[in-house]
Amino acid sequence: MRCRVAPALAAALAFASAVAMAQGRPTVVPGMHDALVAAGPQSGHIGALWNVILAVCAFVFCAILLGLVVALWRSGRGDATTRADVSMLARHERGSYLGVLWAVAVSTALLLAMLVASVLTDRALARLSLVDAVHVEVTAHQWWWELQYSGSPESARFTTANELHVPVGRPVVLTLKADDVIHSFWVPSLAGKKDLIPGRTTTLHLRADQAGRYRGQCAEFCGFQHAFMAFEVIADPPERFEAWMAGQRRPASEPADATTRRGQEVFLRSTCVLCHAIAGTAAAARKAPDLTHVGARTTLAAGTLPNGETEMQRWIADPQRLKPGVNMPAATLPAADLAALAAYLVSLK
Amino acid sequence: MTTARPKQPRLNSVPPTVEEIAALEGAWRDPPGVLGWLAAINHKAIGKRFIVTAFGFFVAGGLLAAAMRLQLAKPDNHLIGPDLYNQLFTMHGTTMMFLFAVPVMQAMSVYLVPLMIGSRSVAFPRMNAFAYWIFLFGGVMLYVAFALDIGPDAGWFAYVPLAGPDYSPGKRVDFWAQLITFTELSGLLEAVILVTTVFKLRAPGMTLNRIPLFVWGMLVTAFMVMFALPAVMLASTALITDRLVGTHFYNPAEGGDAILWQHLFWFFGHPEVYLIFIPGLGFMSSIIPTFARRPIFGYSAMVLSLIATAFLAFGLWVHHMFATNLPELGKSFFTAASMMIAIPSAVQIFCWIATLWTGKLVFKTPLLFVLAFFFVLVLGGMTGLMLAAVPINLQVHDTYFVVAHLHYVLIGGAVFPLFGAFYYWFPKMTGRMLSERLGRWNFWLFLIGFNVTFFPMHLLGLQGMPRRVYTYGAEMGWSGLNALASIGALTIAASMLLFVINVWRSLRSGALAGADPWGAGTLEWSTASPPPACNFAAIPVVAGRDPLWEPGAQPAHVGGLSVDSREVLITTVIEAAPETRESFPEPTVWPLISALATTVLFIGSIFTPWAIVWASVPVGIALTLWFWPRRHENAAHLALERAP
Repeated sequence: MRCRVAPALAAALAFASAVAMAQGRPTVVPGMHDALVAAGPQSGHIGALWNVILAVCAFVFCAILLGLVVALWRSGRGDATTRADVSMLARHERGSYLGVLWAVAVSTALLLAMLVASVLTDRALARLSLVDAVHVEVTAHQWWWELQYSGSPESARFTTANELHVPVGRPVVLTLKADDVIHSFWVPSLAGKKDLIPGRTTTLHLRADQAGRYRGQCAEFCGFQHAFMAFEVIADPPERFEAWMAGQRRPASEPADATTRRGQEVFLRSTCVLCHAIAGTAAAARKAPDLTHVGARTTLAAGTLPNGETEMQRWIADPQRLKPGVNMPAATLPAADLAALAAYLVSLK
Repeated sequence: MTTARPKQPRLNSVPPTVEEIAALEGAWRDPPGVLGWLAAINHKAIGKRFIVTAFGFFVAGGLLAAAMRLQLAKPDNHLIGPDLYNQLFTMHGTTMMFLFAVPVMQAMSVYLVPLMIGSRSVAFPRMNAFAYWIFLFGGVMLYVAFALDIGPDAGWFAYVPLAGPDYSPGKRVDFWAQLITFTELSGLLEAVILVTTVFKLRAPGMTLNRIPLFVWGMLVTAFMVMFALPAVMLASTALITDRLVGTHFYNPAEGGDAILWQHLFWFFGHPEVYLIFIPGLGFMSSIIPTFARRPIFGYSAMVLSLIATAFLAFGLWVHHMFATNLPELGKSFFTAASMMIAIPSAVQIFCWIATLWTGKLVFKTPLLFVLAFFFVLVLGGMTGLMLAAVPINLQVHDTYFVVAHLHYVLIGGAVFPLFGAFYYWFPKMTGRMLSERLGRWNFWLFLIGFNVTFFPMHLLGLQGMPRRVYTYGAEMGWSGLNALASIGALTIAASMLLFVINVWRSLRSGALAGADPWGAGTLEWSTASPPPACNFAAIPVVAGRDPLWEPGAQPAHVGGLSVDSREVLITTVIEAAPETRESFPEPTVWPLISALATTVLFIGSIFTPWAIVWASVPVGIALTLWFWPRRHENAAHLALERAP
């Protein structure tokens, strides 16, 4: 089934992209986003359980319908004037009695079997080895994801947003918190979901066994822009992951030309710094995504737009138009400043 | 001191004379005119209003759903923005759960239960009218708020902190929380009325193990209401005080807890599903025997299954919360409970199949709707088992898979049987038959439209489409199935239109039904269609589960009840042996005025806590006048007393 799903999906994606282009919202090419296509052990266990329960349920459903159809086919026909037969009140309907008894017994046995399968899957999920795990703290905000990679010493820690990089084959321990309302962290191809709840700390363990991009999305209704609170999980081979970590730990690169230098000036003297941070500059606010390496990310505004200079300009100029209700106000900048600012931000690889 | 002796009361003979029947009609009829309409307390008048109002809310909720399906029909659609969309799904869920599904079941039983158990009224008929008015005013308040663009937008489940004061400023959520107060008050009163009616007003001889299964279902439902609804009333009241006077029940920063809301809400919310589903089972058990021309197979097993379902329904609320950080081992208990509740449902399904298997079937529209249950509800039950397994739940929870599941369960388990019930009892209520031809079109369009709408949603959920999103990107590949679902929704709308046309035409020119058009066996079919104001000119005496089918049983009736005033026969709880005669109150507008005063209190308290203090004065006055003894009523009641 999987081999047939993939080409169909690709074709649908191509068609869908064409439609979206025609409508004006630039298309993000999303990572794998399907509960039945597993790329790690956690979603794999769940997929196996799904197959078992689907088979049992399909059997029971068909059996009940078959029973009904046979009943309708073999029973007599009557009309409103047919005298109701109450003779059975005086005798034991042995055939019906045994039929119902057996059907209930078989149903109960199948339910118990599904219960056992479910509990065994629970156990398998809980037994994911956490040796050599990568630890990331995820904080959900209305409507984006803050990701803090732990490390020692203190200087090895860094913060990024909306794009979770993980090494292939190593477990990841996610510590989940919420800043405002309840959200839910869900990457269907890697693991089941887990809520992020204000006042509580939850954890989620997962592992990606195949390199690739996997899409995630908030699954708990969280207000206006619940629809556009997505993220990407990028699973890289260990050496690429280490290189990415090293890059993230560095402060932002200095502007290399006049345009980006002007962009940096615009950034630092406008209201951007009230919410955003860029390591290596004076901007250190934590209310909105960290922009130190924003140019290296694939999407903007939690999966709303693809990353690029044009999209960055459109986003800064009028975020409310692209993501109504988002907490970022529109910036009223002269066109040249806007272009410089976008160029600077996209240069922050 | 001499006073005029009260006129000697006339008591009914068996069989009742023409004069006695006329006197009974005068005694039990609601008064004429507009004021009389407002003062009406006859259970059939209130029941019909209740049914029509709940159906009106069903249509309104359906139109909201149609608007959502238009928005989701294509990707990146700008027809409806997030602000309106969030109101739409909140209003849709709230309407269908609180203003349609539970009330319509109570409404049907307010009309039917007295007829099915051989009584002249529900217990507490004035309270019944009050409960109706409260329900109506609550629903109207919600829709007025929506029309003024201050409709609630935090979901029908109103999770905190999103629904709390910090993230939902303004009054939107308060209207939602106060609607809960209205509907829960109405629902609790109806539960008290139904339990009392079933326990104390049954015809002599209708022992507990002879009452129709629909009445059993409503009795079980009423008990569930009394245990489930206080949980949500507590929850929503705490939410209102959090929002209005700054308590911190749900504020984690001040020692409150966001998960507390979920426990309280789902402790109500899961039984809620079953108190919609169990009346549906009652409709099934009423319709199947009539159209199979035999009594139900396994009556005792059916009753025990209903009771078992009600108990288990209170033990599985956590399966709505598997994605929170509750202990993993504890969740397994709720998986087991969620799977075990399938057993009593399975028992009933197998008993119905056995009844059909050995029956002589009459394929009329009510039976068709009932047969759809076996396809739709059973499929929903299967996805329910999938959702009961924690690991699968973690994947499909809060996706369109759950949207599909809940509609298969609620529409399959309650709405298809309800439409079967409409077709089945419409002749009793109006005296006219609905058209079979339009009925079949109504049925097939509904069945096909339903599956075209909701089956694709299973696949969308597995492909990762979350619930409650106002739009989705074309790149996600969800466009085709969404467009299909939207086409299905239009088909459902067409089938509902056919139903309304069918009702309209039948009321004007439908074939006359007669007392028992289906050849059914329960008591409501022994009286005229529509029934006279007193239901039965003489109270029947029952000797079996299907009294009209009893072979050779002499129809026996009770004599000696007043024909000039509202006198009912009270019987014992278990054996239904005659116990005493009780005089019921006369029609009055005070329930309506009390309901208006209560409405002022409830709506006022959205804006200021002082409304609870000041508005309780008119409520107190109205209730006092409601219960003030009337001289002529007392005199009539005294005249009926017999010294021992």
